[in-house]
Amino acid sequence: MNWIGICGYDLLLPERGVCALVDGEQVALFRTYDGTVHALGNRDPFSGAYVLSRGIVGTRKGEATVASPLHKQVFSLVTGRCLDEPAVAIPVYRARVRDGAVQVSVSVPPSGARAQDRGLVSVGG
Amino acid sequence: MRKIVVAGYGPAAHRLVEALLERDFDGTITVIGEEPRPAYDRVALTSYLDGVSAEELSYPVPPGVVTRLNSRVTGIDRRARRVTVEGGEPEPYDVLVLATGSRPFVPPVPGAGHAHVYRTIDDLDAIRAAAEGATDGVVVGGGLLGLEAADALRGLGLRTHIVEMSPWLMPRQVDEGGGAVLKGHIEALGLSVHAGSGVQEIVTDGRGKVTGLRTPDGTLVEAQIVVFSAGVRPRDELARECGLAVGERGGVVVDSAMRTSDPHIYAVGECALHDGMVYGLAGPCFTMAEVAAERITGGGAAFGGADLSTKLKLLGVEVAQFGAMEGALDVTYMDPVGGVYKKLFISDDATTLLGGICVGDASPYGTLRSYVGKPLPAPPADLLFAGGGVQLDLPDDAQVCSCNNVSAGAVRAAIHDQGCADVPGVKACTRAGTTCGSCVPMLKQLLEKAGVDTGKGLCEHFAHSRAELFDIVRVRGIRTFSQLIAEHGEGRGCDVCKPAVASILASLHNGHVLEGENAALQDTNDHFLANIQKNGTYSVVPRIPGGEITPGKLIVIGEVARDFGLYTKITGGQRIDLFGARVDQLPEIWRRLVDAGFESGHAYGKALRTVKSCVGSAWCRYGVQDSVGMAIALELRYRGLRSPHKLKSAVSGCARECAEARSKDFGVIATEQGWNLYVGGNGGFKPRHADLLAADLTGEELIRTIDRFLMFYIRTADRLQRTSAWLESLDGGLGYLRSVIMDDSLGICADLDAHMERHVATYADEWRATLEDPDKLGRFVSFVNAPGVPDPSIVFATERDQIKPVVMS
Repeated sequence: MNWIGICGYDLLLPERGVCALVDGEQVALFRTYDGTVHALGNRDPFSGAYVLSRGIVGTRKGEATVASPLHKQVFSLVTGRCLDEPAVAIPVYRARVRDGAVQVSVSVPPSGARAQDRGLVSVGG
Repeated sequence: MRKIVVAGYGPAAHRLVEALLERDFDGTITVIGEEPRPAYDRVALTSYLDGVSAEELSYPVPPGVVTRLNSRVTGIDRRARRVTVEGGEPEPYDVLVLATGSRPFVPPVPGAGHAHVYRTIDDLDAIRAAAEGATDGVVVGGGLLGLEAADALRGLGLRTHIVEMSPWLMPRQVDEGGGAVLKGHIEALGLSVHAGSGVQEIVTDGRGKVTGLRTPDGTLVEAQIVVFSAGVRPRDELARECGLAVGERGGVVVDSAMRTSDPHIYAVGECALHDGMVYGLAGPCFTMAEVAAERITGGGAAFGGADLSTKLKLLGVEVAQFGAMEGALDVTYMDPVGGVYKKLFISDDATTLLGGICVGDASPYGTLRSYVGKPLPAPPADLLFAGGGVQLDLPDDAQVCSCNNVSAGAVRAAIHDQGCADVPGVKACTRAGTTCGSCVPMLKQLLEKAGVDTGKGLCEHFAHSRAELFDIVRVRGIRTFSQLIAEHGEGRGCDVCKPAVASILASLHNGHVLEGENAALQDTNDHFLANIQKNGTYSVVPRIPGGEITPGKLIVIGEVARDFGLYTKITGGQRIDLFGARVDQLPEIWRRLVDAGFESGHAYGKALRTVKSCVGSAWCRYGVQDSVGMAIALELRYRGLRSPHKLKSAVSGCARECAEARSKDFGVIATEQGWNLYVGGNGGFKPRHADLLAADLTGEELIRTIDRFLMFYIRTADRLQRTSAWLESLDGGLGYLRSVIMDDSLGICADLDAHMERHVATYADEWRATLEDPDKLGRFVSFVNAPGVPDPSIVFATERDQIKPVVMS
């Protein structure tokens, strides 16, 4: 497992995202209200633009979500699945906080994650 | 290809043409009208004297229809199927439709040639011209049209007299008791009523100038204008001359298919005589037009007569009549002090409603009219006292909209089968509520009864509408989203409620949109104070108030665009948009702009965008006021004002309207005397011309009225509801808006004024504030772990010497 340090945890605003460049991948990092950090692909599969880190974070039926800032499709922060169009999903990466720093692992992408646009993404533990 | 010729171009002709096109009629349609303009709304004719223009009253000519205005059909050659037209080519037809309307009845008394009539826009122009210098006017006729004309004379500032032959006013709609109450209302307004009287002669001086009207008992009513409004006569000359059957007392005889005695000729509207009746109300005339269109296009519709029930507001008094005007039993409620008179007519066994009359309070009308001929839905006393308060389930065949003949069943079908979920939807689907609007409250009731959630709750996190949340935040002094959702919602919000609440907090407290917790609520545009584009870059719009800019500042914009390689385009709002900036470039760009004296243009916000202007009286030879100066003053006053949706405005320096103010949320047009204020305009998806809210305001009055309009809108509109849709959704529409913000009927104007003063006093440029705050600036990076690295996914091509985004697929 290859954990890469990104930034201080305090740089993440509650319920807002930032983007990090990790091994050439754009990773969107979100801090939800309960303090959890989520890491997902930054690319919006509907528009092709790298913008998901700039979406509004919220919940849908209790599940943490982000809405694309371009056309408002909502994605689960937990599974990466698009809740408005279940056939579409974005990659989910592992993220953790160690000694006040946010770390991300993109070295073992979940299956199909690099294909990015489609395909179910499983989150490894 | 079939050719239809329509003789006459009034509302019935217009509806006929519309109905033909709706039924995909694929022949040609030629409409010949004698007035210089297409058909216009005669129901709203009096508003012309309040400043509503002829163009606003006019119905748009449907595409593909040939119109011959200023023309009159002079004869019909039935054998050749051709009409002759005054001063022009004859017009052959396959189907001819007579829609010649009626003419006002002018009794043959001495001096009658000096009197006016009240029917067309030209008539109103003549009355307005004659009113110059006059002190008194007389209207002959105390019926519906007579009172309408009296209202117009009164509006022109004349002492107004009404002469009516019957012993009381509006004898066709009310009985003697109702007439007495109505007279009380009208006299209280300062009009004098001469009922049970008539006209002996119009008295003139030696030079043919009107000096008064003499009644049969010799009384002289002194006046400089006399208007005849004592009934109309069908214009059936064309039919008469070509041998079509006409009625003994006038009117072109038609069958239930609206066909005359010649199967190639139809007649609709006020000129038609059906089953011994001529109809003068808009509703039945529209129904006739629909029936004729259906028949011409091969359908089988039939006209079965029409309900003559009416509800109207004349001189501020509600009057309604439905069903019969007599019955074996009647129940009367009368309040002479409050000026209310209500009467129901009931069958001899006291079970069936036969009809009713209302004066001063017509609230029972909407529901009870549908029960005519049916068992009484409640004890008569309850119906009379509670008025519209009694909630009754309307039967499907109950007519909801009499203007367009729409039943409760048709409205229900639109709700259930066509998915109409709000009043505008039902209006579009059924036409109900689109003519006089009096049935809109009933449409709302039907929607509620159908269990349609009219979209009140904002989203799954709040069961409240935006207006309700606004009041909660205002009254409880809530300052954060977290507090609001913890106490009044559930979950953690979404992209619908968060920006809406952020906007409410900003409207009320005017703090920086990126301050504290608020930053996380904003959508990306407000979060980066710029407009996101398709490739994830942003565009920048500096404020250029009124579109006025010095060459020096123009050069700065050019230099910034050049140095950052931005695509540059002039916007529709007289500003300059600079495209293609990455988030990390935005602070550098804005530092240059702020240093040169620019501030945020709020192109990214649900806020005031721009106040466009024409060049105005400073330069233009036609300008009558300084439109640029006013536009700048308005833009600086309302800049930064967060609202339910974007706000656009414009100021034109004369009636030529070069700034297109009437397509704006609030538009101002200069007059010789001051400023006219129009509200509720919109371009975009559903264009709407703004309505005249107030005329000839001083600069100070103008600003106070706009202050209140904007604040009332901000407090009560739904999320993302533009002023046009908001205005259409207001119960009572423009009249209600006027009463709230000009007559202070809700007693909130002081509060609205104070709120706007607070906004103006606390405004600060949010880009300048952002540049001065390292915390806020720190967020403007493409990558949190590589602040200096530009986003490699952003790629541009070149088109017409400028950049263009390329999105990798």
